[in-house]
Amino acid sequence: MKRWIAFSNIFAKDMRAYYLKPPNVSWGIIFPLAWTGMFFIRSGMGIESVLELLPGVVTISILFGTTSLLSVTLTFERRNRSFERLLLAPISLETLMLAKTSGAILFGIVNAFIPIAIAAFLADMSGIAWSLVVPAIILIGIVSTFLGLFISVSASEVFEAQTFSNFFRFPMIFLCGLFFPVMSLPVYIRPLSFILPVTYGVDILHGAVNGEHILSFTLDFIILGAFCTVLFLLSLRNVKRRWIL
Amino acid sequence: MKSDGSSAIEVANLTKKYGEVVGVNDISFQVGNGELFGFLGPNGAGKTTTINLLTGLASLDAGAIKIGGIDCTRNPKAAQHLVGTVPDESNLYPELTGFENLTFCAALYGMRKNERQQRARELLETFSLTDAADRKFAGYSKGMKRKLTFAAGIIHQPPILFLDEPTTGIDVASARQVRQIIANLHRQGTTVFLTTHYIEEAERLCERIAFIVKGKIVKIDGTTELLQSVKGKNILILTVTNSEPNVTKGMASVFPQYQFEPAAPNQIRVESPEPVNIGPLTRFLEEKGIQVTEARRHLPSLEDVFVQVTGIEAGLMMKEKEKAGGGGNQ
Ligand SMILES: Nc1ncnc2c1ncn2[C@@H]1O[C@H](COP(=O)(O)OP(=O)(O)O)[C@@H](O)[C@H]1O
Ligand SMILES: [Mg+2]
Repeated sequence: MKRWIAFSNIFAKDMRAYYLKPPNVSWGIIFPLAWTGMFFIRSGMGIESVLELLPGVVTISILFGTTSLLSVTLTFERRNRSFERLLLAPISLETLMLAKTSGAILFGIVNAFIPIAIAAFLADMSGIAWSLVVPAIILIGIVSTFLGLFISVSASEVFEAQTFSNFFRFPMIFLCGLFFPVMSLPVYIRPLSFILPVTYGVDILHGAVNGEHILSFTLDFIILGAFCTVLFLLSLRNVKRRWIL
Repeated sequence: MKSDGSSAIEVANLTKKYGEVVGVNDISFQVGNGELFGFLGPNGAGKTTTINLLTGLASLDAGAIKIGGIDCTRNPKAAQHLVGTVPDESNLYPELTGFENLTFCAALYGMRKNERQQRARELLETFSLTDAADRKFAGYSKGMKRKLTFAAGIIHQPPILFLDEPTTGIDVASARQVRQIIANLHRQGTTVFLTTHYIEEAERLCERIAFIVKGKIVKIDGTTELLQSVKGKNILILTVTNSEPNVTKGMASVFPQYQFEPAAPNQIRVESPEPVNIGPLTRFLEEKGIQVTEARRHLPSLEDVFVQVTGIEAGLMMKEKEKAGGGGNQ
């Protein structure tokens, strides 16, 4: 119970202090809208291509939704020392880091549904396997948040964290099969795709929306789950090593 | 002493290095339950490092730590529910109000909503911050920030409290209030571990004091016992127009019963086990063309003990005092 009180208040505080601030709410809507507009309209393939683009647009929205504020909530709080306040509290580091990331995960998931809502007006979505899409969105949200977390706790400055996270975010758009199938990439680049967790989430989304996927859904889910666990544990280790000197 | 004999804090052979830099080097001490214990030392002595090690914000290289009887050497989180910490710089949220900051900190300790709000209001009252309760922390003055940080540190009524230079760098009125609150907490039975570089503050507040210099504890004893060593000494400070060493040397040869030392510029410090007879001294100086503008009896204080033990000029600590804004004066 005590742990839950701490967890929910950290989550609620971050929500109010960062995610629900008017500029961030509007960016949270404008970003996915911009992605959606850009790809849906400029693809020039007509309305019927909306569903082909949907997995990529959804993933991009999650990627940017989860990582854009995370580096702020962590690195900034560490620099103004309020993170120490959290470290001093009798909460396990696991609970603390889950609480600090839950806001980002939720923000990413909400962002994912903006392009889906738009697509609903443009295309027939009756063929989509929602029982796969929803868990995939949640897992992509978690894995990209934890990737952002890992980057944030490996950096010592806010700008460093932001540079690192862009270093990852932009190449992922091309490498993870968001818009170009991984299998159409040159053979020597493909290994890069398969060490990036987002690839597996996108694979599920493509399968669930368009019926084309590289790996079995079970394998995709298992790999995504494994990435989440490993990235979270590595982040905890880095916090202990680099932040508690 | 309020101490009931058992230890609230036990530290054995604690060592922490930052690369080549020594944080603390093989320090050992105990703080009794309910005791008000002071860590006195100049800047960079290792005071903050010690608190960080004890509260889990830094990892130790060697040694052992027990807090509230719980071994925290391997698991620094084990006793965090017993401990409150007030850091030397604020660690609250600039974008939250005073009230929100306090209720948030209370939630970190699992307190329920009613309890959180009631306790926050109570503490805002105690620290005279009620009027600022709904203002953003970012807009607080230094003194207000320190007071709210203090309030946040005791929101969960911890039996053991760590205070890192609680009055450094804040206005005189806030400093006085903070010292009163420390004394009250102590009276109510809280164990207090306090660091300071204000000798006077340590003397006034602490029951027992450790002198820490360059990461080493050089002396540790009860305040009364420490003062015993300088008690009965008669010290006179003469303010003069010339205090060059040849003047004090000249005086020493004429008045061998006294000890002379140049104190601050234009001050001569006269020390003696017997009361000092001022007349002959001033006449001697005037004959040499030196005016005595003031003669002041100096009551031996912890400062004299500190200088004696550490060899650190009191003036050095004084300089820091001025730089920090005089929070040590009342
Ligand atoms: N994070 C750190 N990295 C490197 N050196 C440090 C760090 N923290 C403290 N030190 C060094 O350890 C010594 C003790 O510092 P500190 O405990 O802050 O002193 P105090 O609080 O007594 O002023 C100083 O020489 C300081 O420079
Ligand atoms: Mg310090």
